[in-house]
Amino acid sequence: MNLPPADKFDEMHAPDGSVRPAYHEYCRWLDQQDTAQLRKKGAEAESVFRRTGITFNVYGEDDAEERLIPFDMVPRIITAAEWRRVSRGIEQRVRALNAFIHDLYHRQEIIRSGRLPLRVLRDNAVWLPQMVGFTPPGGVYTHIVGIDLVRTGPNDFMVLEDNARTPSGVSYMLENRETMMAMFPELFTRAKVRPISDYPRNLAASLAACAPEFSGSRPTIAVLTPGIYNSAYFEHAFLADQMGAELVEGSDLRVVDGRVQMRTTDGFRPIDVLYRRVDDEYLDPLTFNPSSVLGVPGIFDVYRAGRITIANAPGTGVADDKAIYSFMPEIVQFYTGEQPILPNVQTWRCAEKESLAYVLANLSELVVKEVHGSGGYGMLIGPTSSKKELEAFRAKLVAKPENYIAQPTLALSTCPIFTAKGLAPRHVDLRPFVLCSPNGVEITPGGLTRVALKKGSLVVNSSQGGGTKDSWVLDD
Amino acid sequence: MIEAERPMLGRVAHGIFWMYRYLERAENIARLLAAAHRMALTRGTDEATQEWRSVLTTLGQLQAYDNQYTVYGGAQVCDFVLRARGNPQSVLSMFERARTNARACRSAITREVWEAINEGWMNLKEQLSRPIREGNLETVLASIRRESTLARGATHGSMLRNEIYAFARLGTFLERADNTARILDVKYFLLLPSLSYVGTALDTGQWDNVLRSLSGERAYSWLNAGRMDARGIAQFLILDERFPRSLAFCRLALRENLSALARLRGHDGLPHAALDRVDALMEGRRVEEIFDNGLHEFIVKFIGLNAGIADAIAREYRFIA
Repeated sequence: MNLPPADKFDEMHAPDGSVRPAYHEYCRWLDQQDTAQLRKKGAEAESVFRRTGITFNVYGEDDAEERLIPFDMVPRIITAAEWRRVSRGIEQRVRALNAFIHDLYHRQEIIRSGRLPLRVLRDNAVWLPQMVGFTPPGGVYTHIVGIDLVRTGPNDFMVLEDNARTPSGVSYMLENRETMMAMFPELFTRAKVRPISDYPRNLAASLAACAPEFSGSRPTIAVLTPGIYNSAYFEHAFLADQMGAELVEGSDLRVVDGRVQMRTTDGFRPIDVLYRRVDDEYLDPLTFNPSSVLGVPGIFDVYRAGRITIANAPGTGVADDKAIYSFMPEIVQFYTGEQPILPNVQTWRCAEKESLAYVLANLSELVVKEVHGSGGYGMLIGPTSSKKELEAFRAKLVAKPENYIAQPTLALSTCPIFTAKGLAPRHVDLRPFVLCSPNGVEITPGGLTRVALKKGSLVVNSSQGGGTKDSWVLDD
Repeated sequence: MIEAERPMLGRVAHGIFWMYRYLERAENIARLLAAAHRMALTRGTDEATQEWRSVLTTLGQLQAYDNQYTVYGGAQVCDFVLRARGNPQSVLSMFERARTNARACRSAITREVWEAINEGWMNLKEQLSRPIREGNLETVLASIRRESTLARGATHGSMLRNEIYAFARLGTFLERADNTARILDVKYFLLLPSLSYVGTALDTGQWDNVLRSLSGERAYSWLNAGRMDARGIAQFLILDERFPRSLAFCRLALRENLSALARLRGHDGLPHAALDRVDALMEGRRVEEIFDNGLHEFIVKFIGLNAGIADAIAREYRFIA
């Protein structure tokens, strides 16, 4: 077995090689397994994914090829006590996010109070003036949130990123569990793993609770997808299917009699709640990007008239870019009156002169990210970059410092993956999924664990060679 | 009380309808090639060439083929019809389109149907990734029929009997009626001389070939104790309501599924009127009458009316915005 390096926190093994409590039952089971047999199971899992079409499309590759996200069969395990703290922290953060967005589009108390500089809002490209003064049905902005967490020690979970627009990955979370249960049913009778299969039902209930008041007890819910060539199309179809909702494209929808309606074989039928997986700017060609064919002309007027719920609300992106992220501790405190339970990763805003000087002086040790970037694109990982790459990035940084933030290269926790040579530690993160409605905040136990499959790599994004694991939260 | 379902999306109905048309067409092409291959094996070079050429005519692919090839050899024709990149009507691209539609309509079909189509596509894509050798042509053609059959079986065994199912069946039978009619039309002239010369022996090889390309050779022999005559064969392929690839059978199946849609809506529509016109063409018709008025004219008229039903369905059920 490969022992993890002592300076990094491994979630399964302590530095002396002993197994941590969360993994006791799993490792006892693992010791009884035949390695060749396990390897065969791994290959089986891959063929199941192909057959069932659990794939994602990669932009810019020929034929919009469908690829599998590699699945690792060693689960990532979190104890009940660890999860209690993490979920309290997530709930606090998500409540603050909602209050923050509401404030930004109304009185902007946080700016008046001087806790958030006006420039952060002014420079924000996804701020929607059309949302000013408007409150969505149920008062909810972020119906579905993904909070990306990293871990550096036994009790050190930190928020790396908030995803308040259209976080994806929940279908992989659900399918990973299905796959694990099909491959190793006996494991689930031994370890007490909290179930996650209620997610689609909870999502449907949570969306229904946010429907416009007139829509009655069984509102019509539809999932809006950009179509089959979108990288997350599998997930859109999966969620619609599991919720018993309609999966619609922009071309199916039209504004008729002041409602957003879908074209059925028997004429147009109104929709009450639209779970859209289309970005703000494509939502309504009349209000936003006029060349968009993915959206619905006039939907924004219907929305402002309170005749449809859009989830997540347009304009939530103001709360999740990386410039805002650096203010999240202040934001949490401002709206909840409490200290944040989950800390941020230390962040230098390059827009500020002193920070920029520090970042430039320590570039080779930092991770530098674009303020509006996502998916692991356009970022610099100092320690693994060549001199030439560092210099090229330095030039970009000096030219437009307000475009960047920097963070220390974290000693991210590791969790073993199953390799040809047995277990080997790899870096992981965690994206728990959160639902918000007037009935409260609901967090599915666990979430999606993403894992960097390359030894030593810190990049877990599926578009760049990352994989996923089933994530367990144990019951007490 | 059973709650009424909400009507499906027009776009999805469109996708489902064509998904089953593509599957049906792929399967029928496989039958046609298998019969032609058998024919080519038992005849001389000239007749084999004729036969391969008539396959292309039946499929409406002669022009496209002529743009790329100069000879009508079995290997070339099979390659073109099954897998050629430059042929958008190839079996491989039929299956690809069926799968694309299945993905786009994923929430309207069951997991079993989706997996049957997805696996079918994966299997055929693999088998058709290289040129077909004559030695494994039969295997490939059998795979195509089997994958299509599996998808149809999963549909039959796992789908709700609602409007989604009705559109699936309508696509299947419109395509099948069209394919049977086209096969008949390409070979109709073979029937004519033998009908006018009563007692003349038919070219049984040719007719065996037509029956085979519709998987009807065994059924026909069973019903006719092995006698091959022009009247019997035409009667069987056009008017026999027991044979699942006959025009009459397809007409009944269309009626059944259009009636199901009318019950759901509470009223008839354009496609019902279009089907009435097919009824008028076929109902109470005897095979002698059809020959007297011209078999070719009859078939051409049938194909036109059949296409008219498809157009009427698309309009009535709002396939397109």
